[in-house]
Amino acid sequence: MQSHILSIILFTPLAGAFLLLFVPKENKDAIRWIANIFAAAGLLVSIPLVPWFWQQRFEPGFKFVEGAVNNWIPSIGAGYVLGIDGISFLLIMLTTLLGWVSILSSWEAIQNRVKEYYIWFLILQTGMLGVFMALDFFLFFVFWEAMLVPMYLLIGIWGGPRKLYAAIKFFLYTLLGSVLMLLAVLFLYFYNYRQTGTYTFSIEALYKTAPHIFHDPAYGATFAILLFLAFFIAFAIKVPMFPFHTWLPDAHVEAPTAGSVILAGVLLKMGTYGFVRFALPFFPDVAMHPKVRGWMIALSIIGIIYGALVSLMQKDMKKLVAYSSVSHLGFCTLGIFALTPLGLSGSVLQQINHGISTGALFLIVGILYERRHTREIAEYGGISNVMPVYATITMIMFLSSMGLPLLNGFVGEFTILQGTFVENWRWAAWAVPGVILAAAYLLWLYQRVFFGTVTNPKNERLHDLTPREVLTFAPLIIMALWIGIYPKPFFQILEQPVNQIVQTVRPGYPGAGGAVNASVPVSSAGTSAQLASENAKGNK
Amino acid sequence: MLFLDHIWLIPLLPAFGATMMFFFGRKLQKQAVDAVCVGVVVLAFLLACGAVWQYTAYAHDNPGKPYEKILYTWLGTDTGHFNLVKKDGSPASFQADAGFLLDPLSSIWLLFVTGVGMLIHIYSVGYMAHEGGYYRFFGYLNLFMFSMLTLILGNNYAMLFVGWEGVGLCSYLLIGFYFHRKSASDAANKAFIVNRIGDAGFLLGMFTIAWYFGSFRFTEITALARDPQLFRIGDPVITAACLLLFVGACGKSAQLPLYVWLPDAMEGPTPVSALIHAATMVTAGVYMVARSNALFVLAPTAMKTVAIVGALTAIFAASIGLVQNDIKRVLAYSTVSQLGYMFLALGVGAFAAGVFHVFTHAFFKALLFLGAGSVIHAMSGEQDMRNMGDLHRRIPITHWTMFIATCAIAGIPAGFFSKDEILWQAWSSERGAYWYLWLIGYITALMTAFYMFRLMFLTFHGQPRMSHEVERHIHESPKSMTGPLVVLAFFCLFAGFLGWPHSLGGSNRFERFLEPVFAREAHVFAAEGQSGQLAAGVKEEEHTSGTEYFLMFLSVGAGIVGWGMAWRAYRHADKGYVEPIAQKTPSVYGVLYNKYYVDEGYDYAFTGRRNVGKLRLGAMGLGEASSWFDSRVIDGTVNGAGWITRLTATLSMWWDKWIIDGAGVNGPAIFARMLSYPMRLLQWGLVQWYALVMVVGLVGFVAYYTWH
Repeated sequence: MQSHILSIILFTPLAGAFLLLFVPKENKDAIRWIANIFAAAGLLVSIPLVPWFWQQRFEPGFKFVEGAVNNWIPSIGAGYVLGIDGISFLLIMLTTLLGWVSILSSWEAIQNRVKEYYIWFLILQTGMLGVFMALDFFLFFVFWEAMLVPMYLLIGIWGGPRKLYAAIKFFLYTLLGSVLMLLAVLFLYFYNYRQTGTYTFSIEALYKTAPHIFHDPAYGATFAILLFLAFFIAFAIKVPMFPFHTWLPDAHVEAPTAGSVILAGVLLKMGTYGFVRFALPFFPDVAMHPKVRGWMIALSIIGIIYGALVSLMQKDMKKLVAYSSVSHLGFCTLGIFALTPLGLSGSVLQQINHGISTGALFLIVGILYERRHTREIAEYGGISNVMPVYATITMIMFLSSMGLPLLNGFVGEFTILQGTFVENWRWAAWAVPGVILAAAYLLWLYQRVFFGTVTNPKNERLHDLTPREVLTFAPLIIMALWIGIYPKPFFQILEQPVNQIVQTVRPGYPGAGGAVNASVPVSSAGTSAQLASENAKGNK
Repeated sequence: MLFLDHIWLIPLLPAFGATMMFFFGRKLQKQAVDAVCVGVVVLAFLLACGAVWQYTAYAHDNPGKPYEKILYTWLGTDTGHFNLVKKDGSPASFQADAGFLLDPLSSIWLLFVTGVGMLIHIYSVGYMAHEGGYYRFFGYLNLFMFSMLTLILGNNYAMLFVGWEGVGLCSYLLIGFYFHRKSASDAANKAFIVNRIGDAGFLLGMFTIAWYFGSFRFTEITALARDPQLFRIGDPVITAACLLLFVGACGKSAQLPLYVWLPDAMEGPTPVSALIHAATMVTAGVYMVARSNALFVLAPTAMKTVAIVGALTAIFAASIGLVQNDIKRVLAYSTVSQLGYMFLALGVGAFAAGVFHVFTHAFFKALLFLGAGSVIHAMSGEQDMRNMGDLHRRIPITHWTMFIATCAIAGIPAGFFSKDEILWQAWSSERGAYWYLWLIGYITALMTAFYMFRLMFLTFHGQPRMSHEVERHIHESPKSMTGPLVVLAFFCLFAGFLGWPHSLGGSNRFERFLEPVFAREAHVFAAEGQSGQLAAGVKEEEHTSGTEYFLMFLSVGAGIVGWGMAWRAYRHADKGYVEPIAQKTPSVYGVLYNKYYVDEGYDYAFTGRRNVGKLRLGAMGLGEASSWFDSRVIDGTVNGAGWITRLTATLSMWWDKWIIDGAGVNGPAIFARMLSYPMRLLQWGLVQWYALVMVVGLVGFVAYYTWH
């Protein structure tokens, strides 16, 4: 069971899609039930992973590895190799959770072409999971491209008025990045052959050879930087980093609610994940190159401030949330390129947080849109009077998104900023205004939509949340509170992989994992000293 | 040590109340809401008393040692492998615990926050009885108590920040309690966002401290900072950290230039103004600076900044308070001004005096606000003092209790001790180098007495100026409201005597109690004697008591003179009364009445809600510019790239169709066809034509030979 758990998680949604093929398309409720059951099953099969992973959280390397190098297409050196570390573990759990939430939220929102919708959605789910599990670049690339098609169709068929424009923009923009990345990887593939004499797309093999390009007299630093840039463009488009972000508001505004949830919640994380999994370990010297790093940091900070400022002036709720994603993801990339354990783990945590909070924000917008078919802020006002439960949940998620302590957003932002500060205090100082602006655009939005009296007669008879809708928010709120109040498990899960990455990228960095005396709690000294020594054993 | 071990229950009890209200509030009866929400705060107060009582025993056994209780590791891990790199290049564990700390400083806050909080909860039962959203109000109040108690009990900066942002949130929720009113939700947003600006400073200060000291814990940082081997006075990093922390304090405690939210916060229900915006939350900045005293004494520049900002805020807000007509706004500006006093005290190194003023201020300002609430209650919601007058016989309890509080704030009997202490410290610090701060403080004291007695005379004396409708309804408030007034009045009268100064033969128990928190400062100052910083203890010996007596006489005099001036101007106030300032200098009155136009200025420069001509500045201006840039330049580039691709495609299609396929492939074909045309004429396939050609040819042929 443990040895195949990843494959089981990966293919459960696909099995659902396959089963749906045989259900007649007129039978909409059966289709909905089957899709929901498989989405819930996708979440359920991923839950055993939690205790299993927890036991080996401090152990180095990838866990639950299955498949062998080059076993899939031996002639070109492609393998079906899956495996996870703490970073991909958290992202996989986020994906299964959000997959379930967004399929549940589509029950009433999707009325035409129901069968195709759920089939594509489940295929998308498998694609995303595969991206986070693949340890073979060929396999990774298959999933990376495979999930593009369902998303394109979700926007293009079930989207809003300008769906075609948005879908094509999304598709082409992402494809442009992928092509560059593919070229770069092919170079790494042949370079690996020249170094070792074997053709393989295995990521762990490429980890060993790719970093040498920088110092290889045959290619040199500039060439390595160009390769890095090819990766950078692919991932920066996906994140999206300023100035590659303009596909995002269009895609979000046009996508159906569940599509937006997945797009913001998971798809964007593939960009940041790509940086952490590929761009940094492949090109450590490029990442530490002051000029490259300076640009990465600058673009992140611009993204934070600029995204927030543009958010402030939006008239469409969904566009506002979309631009707020640019700002939040700016924090994530800032944390990555701070290249400290704190920055990196804060960044991964913030990716999870963004998935939870922004996912919830899109659901929130979707609920009003389903009732009124408009997202214009000016159409609303005084909604607190007619939908009190909805108003309360919205407030909680807004607070989580703006980083209020004891909710998830704070933990991520705080860790990122602290991790950035110790690297260069100016970077943190430039990013901090983003925190102020986040409060400004969210509270102003809240005031305009929820406060005051109901002035628009169309809003007078809106009904409050149904139990199914409350159920979609419940796991997100619970997660937000959990990460906010007791984030230690998350930090422990991330501790080993981020230290590993920092050690790879900057060998000799004093902050990467060497044990220092943790301050031991006074009153419960026994237990926690024990814990510390236990942990120290597994954390070499 | 039952109470000490369960100190974490003190904040958690109100959190439980808030959670109950969140889930079940709407279905509960009012009595049930009272039982839960007031009950948990009463319990918290009792636990707090127990904890402080046990702490005194604990402190007796462990002199100078704070009590710490750690529940679990909150941020980071406790493995020792999750590290940040300090400024000196060595790693330190990134770890902030959910831990609680009790020492004399937090004891004082703990007692008055739970005590005053409890009284205000009881008062609210009467005050809010007829309001909608009863459970919501009490849920928010409970949530506030949780946050405030976390703030003062947290054992590290991150925990303090939890409470710090939490009280900001509750303040936002409670200011916007009447969310139907645009003014209320505007004020709520303003409060939160201005506070966030301060919080950003606080965050950076916290990061600096962690980067420099490798810890968030107060005890560790204090121990390191007090080690004379490690840091020198004037350390630039510590100075920066202190200044950043002070930015946070300016936001939370409404100091220049971030004070603007507090007067607007009066949009909330009056008990909220009393609890949050007068007695407890706004003193969080003072608490934080006092808590960081070990750092501040290493940063004379930061101390000086604190003192100057405090003094300027004190006089600035007091001058605005002179002419306001809304009873709550007068009190709000008075709060800003009194907070300025507290920072003045901290800034000149008189930490104990500043804390003492927080303590006395909590009682008299809560009493003043609750009294004002009682007045508003009696006046059917009227807040404008121009429409009041002659209430002293109709609501006597409110009148007398408020009178006691007014005397206290004016520095006549009880508030005298704390205010006089601050002025004395300002006078004597650095051998009198800060005499101008004393002067500012002194003028402020005069103004305070004047505007407070103005408030009393306009409200309770003179001619009745309200409408008959309102007049008929005037009644004394119910017991649940007057009870807390009387209790608070009692504390107003006697709390000050805890700080009975040495020079008047007292023992200043208050200062002695705080000694373990601040004592080492005196030490640092003494060591640093040459540079002019002097220990509080040394000071008193050096100066003759004569000066101190004279200053005491002066400050009591200020109170009495202010009283007299207000008495002259407003004792007979009738419907057509005139403000003396408006009469003498109308232009000054205009500026003061419009609060120096600061709000308008901020709207032009920072928020962008007002345009300068056609140009919009501030955040909204930047937002508009960015949006324009985004849709035109960035997305324009993307769409432009798409358009160019399509243009290229169209052009290449044209090229393909007309040049390659046209000129290259079809062209030769057409040419060949054209060439073939004459030939085709010959071979048309029409037999008659061939016959004709044959005949013509034959005729030609015959004719040729015929002629030749």
